[in-house]
Amino acid sequence: MARFWTRLMVVLTLILGVNYIGWRWAASLNWDAWWIAVPLVAAETYSLIDVLLFGMTVWRLKERTGAPPARPDATVDVFVTTYNEPLELVMNTALAAARIRHPHSTWILDDGDRPELRQLAADHGLGYVTRGEDWDNMPRHAKAGNLNNALMVTGGEFLLILDADQVPEPDILEKTLGYFNDRKVALVQTPQYFNNVPDDDPLGSQAPLFYGPIQQGKDGWNAAYFCGSNAVLRREALMELGLLGYVQETEKSIRRALAASKKAIRQARKAADADSPLVGAMLDEVEAAIGQADSQLAAGQSLGELTYEVQRKVDAAVRTLVQADVQALQADLEEIAAMDLAAVGETGVKVITDEAVQRLSGREWSPLGAMESVQAVLDALTVERTGEAQPLMPLATISVTEDMATAMRMHARGWQSVYHHEILAYGLAPEDIGTMMTQRLRWAQGTIQVLLRENPLTQPGLKWGQRLMYFSTMWSYLSGFAAIIYFAAPIIYLLLGILPVASLTADFFIRFIPFMVVNQVLFAVAGHGVPTWRGQQYSLALFPTWIKACTTAACNVWFGRPLGFSVTPKSRQAGGPRWSLIRPQITVAVLLVVAAIAGIVRLATGLAEPVGTLVNVAWVVFDLLVLSVLYKAVRYRGHAPGEN
Amino acid sequence: MELSHQARGSYTEVTANGRLNMVSAPTLRAYVGEVVASGSNRIVVNLAQTTFMDSSGLGALIGCLKAARQAGGDLRIAAVQPQVKMVLELTSMDRVLTSYSSTEEAFGNE
Repeated sequence: MARFWTRLMVVLTLILGVNYIGWRWAASLNWDAWWIAVPLVAAETYSLIDVLLFGMTVWRLKERTGAPPARPDATVDVFVTTYNEPLELVMNTALAAARIRHPHSTWILDDGDRPELRQLAADHGLGYVTRGEDWDNMPRHAKAGNLNNALMVTGGEFLLILDADQVPEPDILEKTLGYFNDRKVALVQTPQYFNNVPDDDPLGSQAPLFYGPIQQGKDGWNAAYFCGSNAVLRREALMELGLLGYVQETEKSIRRALAASKKAIRQARKAADADSPLVGAMLDEVEAAIGQADSQLAAGQSLGELTYEVQRKVDAAVRTLVQADVQALQADLEEIAAMDLAAVGETGVKVITDEAVQRLSGREWSPLGAMESVQAVLDALTVERTGEAQPLMPLATISVTEDMATAMRMHARGWQSVYHHEILAYGLAPEDIGTMMTQRLRWAQGTIQVLLRENPLTQPGLKWGQRLMYFSTMWSYLSGFAAIIYFAAPIIYLLLGILPVASLTADFFIRFIPFMVVNQVLFAVAGHGVPTWRGQQYSLALFPTWIKACTTAACNVWFGRPLGFSVTPKSRQAGGPRWSLIRPQITVAVLLVVAAIAGIVRLATGLAEPVGTLVNVAWVVFDLLVLSVLYKAVRYRGHAPGEN
Repeated sequence: MELSHQARGSYTEVTANGRLNMVSAPTLRAYVGEVVASGSNRIVVNLAQTTFMDSSGLGALIGCLKAARQAGGDLRIAAVQPQVKMVLELTSMDRVLTSYSSTEEAFGNE
């Protein structure tokens, strides 16, 4: 029955929404003020698409009744990931993890490489993993790198991943492992719930709509995704992604290097000493070797073989030429000795050893080492994935939200996922607004990175439902741009009297009001009464964060600029309220109040008309209610579990 | 999984008998790592008696390949069984690793 009402509301939202927005585009725009009229209708269209994607999500809401019993012999590694959290907090989680009933191995994945934690793990008989020397001077890939490193030294069939603060229930595996009896299932995600959050949740930490109707809806489309913690993954599926990624990246890098090789050699010839026959001859050899590799690739020969042959030929050529050089050197030495025996003394003529030839022929010391462009080409013609710490990177490293990116790749390979709607671990939410904003920024940045690097709408292997489910999450992070317009429009009207809508007549209200009403009813019905207002407030109130996420992620993906990544601190930050964090929002709030007063004055003096003023003042009140969440958030000083 | 190795002149043959899966993958990686560290950088992994391989096993092979290449040599695989062949194709690992029909053939062209 609930499903019927939800679907009815979705259909009504679709009809009334298209009716309203269609009319707005077709017949309501005030073209004299196009600079605000068009942005406003675009923002409203954005919101309609957002709510329709939500409607599509809950259309297939899947309420699971629980997993079948797990195979008793299923082997599991439980990973507790940590970077800089307090040791007590990590150990509290790790010891709870050790108490999980289904047989398993517990591992602390310590990216902070802390000797005290290593000792604590040993004292309690827990596994302890840190990065090895392979990772020195290599991209570390944050948590994805930490997990990828641990995957190579453990052997369980399944992996339960827990953030350092997520204390699991002893039955977490019994409740989730059974889903993997279906051999196509690669992921079981459970909710993230926080103990240290009061009922009114000033920082919007609990995400009851996401860990509820949204994930359940995505589950209905086989698109429930991995959220980094409190999830069980199938190792086989991850390793498969690692292998495919390895082959793809290796082939791409080899093709790129071959394509760049002609230019590189030409450059080297120009730059090299034109008189040096040694360099010319060596470049001839390199060119021939690369040319052959190119045709071997076209003929379908394996990358292992062709890269091995290139390297071997180049090395042999270099050695021959260095040897010739050294012989000339030796001859010179002998001549010098003959001319001036005294200088050489009793040791006789210095002999250049084979070992020296070997060293001089090595990559870095050989004349080839001086030609960076050629060297770069040769370095890329390998199957060792030299730019990474390990060849296999099972968890995606294209985004700071490796979880979503990895899940999407699994879905594209045909794996299935499960969202199990039962709280089986209890964590700690940020306790101050600064930490919370850092966390949200990172989630948003990561999501936009995935959108720009592996757009779900164009990923082969995904079904259309899955594409739209991923896209829906990405789309929702664009809300910052719409928020600015929703704040600006009433200010512009109340201060300047410019209305983006041609006229506020009955035509407007009979289309707008039913749409807004059905929209809110949809959230109420689909949400099964979970509080959604907090989420709605933050999706607008954190507009500077969302916009910053979009711009920094775009600069990162397109121009390789760093994101300014930081780990979310788990302990509360000291100091007084940090109003400076929400300066843009305070500015907007002040402008809204000033505009409302100005609007009322204009009305009183006959400069404005009543309907427009009333609608826009109401709009200002709504905007202020949205922003009011931040007042509480900035003053929030944390909360101890149990005090409500 | 039973592992052994034998010097064969220009290369060292590593025999991996049994199931090369997520349980035995770290063992193989460590084993080949030691063989390479002891000075043999040209390795042929004889898979004639490898009855099963999963993606973790393949991952270990790639790790071994990297170790051999970094030591200036190479790692090749020989006598692949049908299930292993299928896994190689499924993960497109056959784009990287050529499977030779026998260990003698693996470095035969040099």
